[in-house]
Amino acid sequence: MHDHAHRTPKTAPPPVRIRKSSGTAAKWKRRIPLLPALIFTIVVTQLPFVATLIISTFQWNILRPGERHFVGLSNFSFVFTDERLRTAVLNTVVLTASVVVISVILGLGLAMLLDRRFAGRGLARTLLIAPFLVMPVAAALLWKHAIYNPDYGLLNGTLNAVYRLFGADNGPTVDWISSYPMPAVVISLVWQWTPFMMLILLAGLQAQPGDVLEAARMDGASALQTFRHITLPHLRQYIELGVLLGTIYVVQTFDAVFTITQGGPGSQTTNLPYEIYMTMFRKYEYGEAAAAGVVVVLGAFVIATFALRTIASLFREEVSR
Amino acid sequence: MTHAAVAAPGTRFKKLLRRKDDHGGAPKLSPLWTFVAWLATLAFFAPVAWMVLTSFHQEADAATNPPTPFAAVTFDQYKLLFSRDITPFLLNSAMASVLSTILVLALAVPAAYALSIKPVEKWTDVMFFFLSTKFLPAIAALLPVYLIVKDAGMLDNVWTLVILYTAMNLPIAVWMMRSFLAEVPKEILEAAEVDGAGLLTVLWRVVAPVAMPGLAATSLICFIFSWNEFMFAVNLTATKASTAPVFLVGFITNEGLFLARLCAAATLVSLPVLIAGFAAQDKLVRGLSLGAVK
Repeated sequence: MHDHAHRTPKTAPPPVRIRKSSGTAAKWKRRIPLLPALIFTIVVTQLPFVATLIISTFQWNILRPGERHFVGLSNFSFVFTDERLRTAVLNTVVLTASVVVISVILGLGLAMLLDRRFAGRGLARTLLIAPFLVMPVAAALLWKHAIYNPDYGLLNGTLNAVYRLFGADNGPTVDWISSYPMPAVVISLVWQWTPFMMLILLAGLQAQPGDVLEAARMDGASALQTFRHITLPHLRQYIELGVLLGTIYVVQTFDAVFTITQGGPGSQTTNLPYEIYMTMFRKYEYGEAAAAGVVVVLGAFVIATFALRTIASLFREEVSR
Repeated sequence: MTHAAVAAPGTRFKKLLRRKDDHGGAPKLSPLWTFVAWLATLAFFAPVAWMVLTSFHQEADAATNPPTPFAAVTFDQYKLLFSRDITPFLLNSAMASVLSTILVLALAVPAAYALSIKPVEKWTDVMFFFLSTKFLPAIAALLPVYLIVKDAGMLDNVWTLVILYTAMNLPIAVWMMRSFLAEVPKEILEAAEVDGAGLLTVLWRVVAPVAMPGLAATSLICFIFSWNEFMFAVNLTATKASTAPVFLVGFITNEGLFLARLCAAATLVSLPVLIAGFAAQDKLVRGLSLGAVK
């Protein structure tokens, strides 16, 4: 993934020329402030990954302590053939894709509205970012118990109130989480992530040069044409940034699955992080968990390659400015 | 459109300027769309409002069907929470978040300096290395981290969380701080050096005033992520070092369901981040996008 970085200086010169004359001592003087952060990061983030790689080649269940032994890549063949893990991969893709796509679309809509003037716009913006600021575990518990609960949750309660309003005896009693487990998790996450997308896209809209929009209006472009041909291309990199940052975070979703459904019913909402957690702390299969972890990292690496390309383009723009 | 074209050239020019500098000059929303905007806002805010409202109700009024939003207001749930010892959890959370934020800044600010003001060779490579560590899913590191921490006798220790949260937030902080430091005008820096100003003078007089808002934004983001972190906290702490999110989950399983008290606890633990986030909305955007978006 470092190849983008290598390319960056070629397309755009760095803002400050590094003096060729500077000797080794001067180079180290420049490096010293960087070293603590760099060493800390390498030790705390890279060493565990090396350890994961090593553990992934062992048969290791702590319930059978004497039986730890090297098994080569057999944990990986297990990971790739295990049905539970395949389900977890599929669930992770479905969960991440739906949360990111829906929240980008909703976020774009909200950003378009908030980019215009209207009564109470500041207050609306403040209220809208609240879901993103509520602690994720608190949000998950809130959705599970206060909103989705079949007997006294807000959702069924409101339905019931509406039914009574129109003269019916009682509304339907839907057990939202058991009946629609995946949508239940997705909706609660969309609720949390839409404000994030809205904030990034709003920043994009407000960075739009006003004179171009004005000129389009002058030329008689309709609102739809302006959006299609000017706003959307301008927003493209902001949308990409939102999608990629959102993907990085949503792929790792643990709190919501752990709290709302515990991966169930069955394994209908078990995503990779939760499956690995279960393998580790419920089945105590350390080798398998590590192998699954390595596979997740490889998957993340693929996403990261795209992510870095996008961020590198933003970065290049900033550097060349 | 036609009347805009025939208006005096000066008016149009002023209009352009205003649109460019001040977004308050943006076009107005029609009443219908204003209604839609407010409807969407209230829909998104409703769960938060419901959480806060329920937290001020008695249990009997909280779990009714249909809901009773206008039941009598009480502070009992909050009193109960504090008498049930939420305090140590909040203190652990505060300690882990504040200490790791300080540590992150202590590491990230010099690094960002070395990546922007006096850039090292291949500084872009270093930047991408930092960022690439964010793409490693934390779950893949949990097992080795758990084993190492267990061997070191550091399970159930706030300092373990401090170190992990520092590693979690450092790449973001480096990126953000670099983007803020990159805005220090190079001409002023060079002029100050030509005038013979020492490093400390330059840092204090030139860099600090420009970087301060960025420092505030970076601290805010690091604090929010640490305060909200759950996976490491729930798996690496037990009784002494558990944080607020662990309290929330544990207290449901231990006591059965008390909806009003749950809402009070959820409101209480979310409050610091809500306040900080509301206070620094504009900074939040730039922080969340690693400084890539202004």
